[in-house]
Amino acid sequence: MTMQTNAEDLQQQSLSGLFWATCRREYLLSFRRKSDLVNPLIFFLMVATLFPLGVSPEPGFLAQLAPGVVWVAALLATLLSMDALFRSDYEDGSLEQLLLSPQPLFVVVLAKVLAHWSVTGLALTLMAPLLGVMLFLPAEGMPGLMLSLLLGTPTLSLMGAIGAALTVGLRKGGVLISLLVLPLYIPVLIFGSSAVQAAVTGLDLGGYLALLGALLALALGLAPLAISAALRISMSS
Amino acid sequence: MAEKKWMPRWFYQLASPRWCYQITGKLLPWFALAAGLLLIGGSFWALMFAPADYQQGNSFRIIYLHVPSAILAQSAYMLMAVAGAVGLIWKMKVADMVLKSAAPIGASMAVLALATGAIWGKPTWGSWWVWDARLTSMLILFFLYLGVMALNSAIENESTAAQASAVLSLVGVVNIPIIKYSVEWWNTLHQPATFTLTEKPAMPAEMWVPLLVMVIGFYCFFAVSLMMRLRNEIVWRERRTGWVRELLSKQ
Amino acid sequence: MSDHLLTVQNLFCERDDRVLFNRLEFAISAGEIVQIEGQNGSGKTTLLRILSGLSRNYEGDIFWRGTPVSEVREDFCRNLLYFGHQAGVKAVLSPQENLRWYAALSPSIDAAQIDHALEQVGLRGFEDVPCHSLSAGQNRRVSLARLYLSRAPLWILDEPFTAIDKRGVAAKEALLLRHAQQGGSVILTTHHELAIHGPVRKINLDQCAGTSS
Repeated sequence: MTMQTNAEDLQQQSLSGLFWATCRREYLLSFRRKSDLVNPLIFFLMVATLFPLGVSPEPGFLAQLAPGVVWVAALLATLLSMDALFRSDYEDGSLEQLLLSPQPLFVVVLAKVLAHWSVTGLALTLMAPLLGVMLFLPAEGMPGLMLSLLLGTPTLSLMGAIGAALTVGLRKGGVLISLLVLPLYIPVLIFGSSAVQAAVTGLDLGGYLALLGALLALALGLAPLAISAALRISMSS
Repeated sequence: MAEKKWMPRWFYQLASPRWCYQITGKLLPWFALAAGLLLIGGSFWALMFAPADYQQGNSFRIIYLHVPSAILAQSAYMLMAVAGAVGLIWKMKVADMVLKSAAPIGASMAVLALATGAIWGKPTWGSWWVWDARLTSMLILFFLYLGVMALNSAIENESTAAQASAVLSLVGVVNIPIIKYSVEWWNTLHQPATFTLTEKPAMPAEMWVPLLVMVIGFYCFFAVSLMMRLRNEIVWRERRTGWVRELLSKQ
Repeated sequence: MSDHLLTVQNLFCERDDRVLFNRLEFAISAGEIVQIEGQNGSGKTTLLRILSGLSRNYEGDIFWRGTPVSEVREDFCRNLLYFGHQAGVKAVLSPQENLRWYAALSPSIDAAQIDHALEQVGLRGFEDVPCHSLSAGQNRRVSLARLYLSRAPLWILDEPFTAIDKRGVAAKEALLLRHAQQGGSVILTTHHELAIHGPVRKINLDQCAGTSS
């Protein structure tokens, strides 16, 4: 009797099945270690608190800063959470097994990043109005804030994941990820905070959101390729 | 290994570090000579003979350093990305070495561009730094270089480090047009159209010819530094092979 | 050549300025069990990682069923079960959840048999317990349960018997033998003395040459 697994045996394995199985696994992992979930959010809040403390609590002044500050805080909080994306898989050997799967790595990586985003970036987006209130962001700016973060944070997660994948084999990947990824974050920051400022001054948001959407589409298409390549490279030594 | 070879023969010859070492040895003196002549001649021309700008006077002359270094900082990144791609696709060690050698030179060019931009800025705008679109883009390019260099030195295994840097520089190359567009756009939003170094409708020939000479001279200088660093890198990486041992014992 | 599952030619690998092996050549056919031997640090794990395709830090050729591995990666991965130095088990999940994830990753693993496999490795009753409350040996057994679930012909196992007790080792050895008898192949490294009544070929990396018995 010869042993073989044929392509036909894969009827029950579909790419979407793999995608959802990965998402499910990521959620199980995240919710069983609840402390990891909350840390980026606390950080987000703290960073926004630093500005009135460090500069001036005067409402008019803070209101001007608010779009940028909330965006920078969200950016930094996302960056801080990225190291954990692949680290635990690397440490217990699951990452090796992932790379040996005959299924396309693209799907698994995309699922991991999106699951990660939904517990960090999405949470930040939902928390953002709180920061807006603390920084005296005018009410007209709130929808713009949430929409821009909603479109921008997935891009931040995808690009941050590239940095995480490149440094997963290093012992102290943390600060290095920031160095690698921050320049790439700048376009998202510019368009995101401009969108909020446009919303505050009553201008049309559409163009900015379209740009953010375009960046997201580009990231969704290309980042998983870079992440997969980077994971294989990091594990190859 | 039966692989389709659809690149010309010289391309595969490039893959041999030894061959590269030999050919760079032959090319180096010529490029060094060209660089010396062009840079000295060009600087002389720029300082002595090119006319002073009617608005900015003599401080304008810094353009002869700023523009070539800016152009070179950007070209070097492209070269790095191409070398990275070649190294990833064809698994050539020499391509990896070119990437590693080009990064610090490109970063230095970026620093030079930023410094000359600041030197020009002081008499013109009154401050050492402005958040001008070009200077800001150059600063971000400098950060991209630093990222590649940091990643390369953080990973111990040489070939893994090279491949990781290659992926990073490719990601950077895709992002550079996006970054430039967003920074320019951001700049127009927040500042009135500022007067920048080269935004002039027509530059008379007496001005752009010495500029061209300087640009070509800078390229030659880049080639010289790259070849020198590459030769160093080749000798270091291949230090255990026979031909390198022979080479070192002859000295 | 057509009969061989995995063929290795002219394999060269160096790490930290040390040549681990040079001009290594061997071939593995269906039904063979090959043990890679060598002292600590001689490159056994490195070799297994190279063979499984995780590491690209080598020069030389590896063929899967006659074709270069780089061209048939997907087919190769579908027919491979790799057991690495680390268990590959998530501490926060239960054995069942871990194995279900492996089933999603690898089509060669049969999800319906998970409970049966866990029983075979002696983890009956522990299926739902989070793995961080299991011992190191039990964690490795969760990963070893894949051996009972997998239909992949080629098994590459790095120290599969570590932290397993004597009875467990005997059971695993019987499993390896059965796998080979059914036409599969095994490449493994282990510090244990293999007591398998069957042809076990040894390749000693200290000599960088293959010896067949």
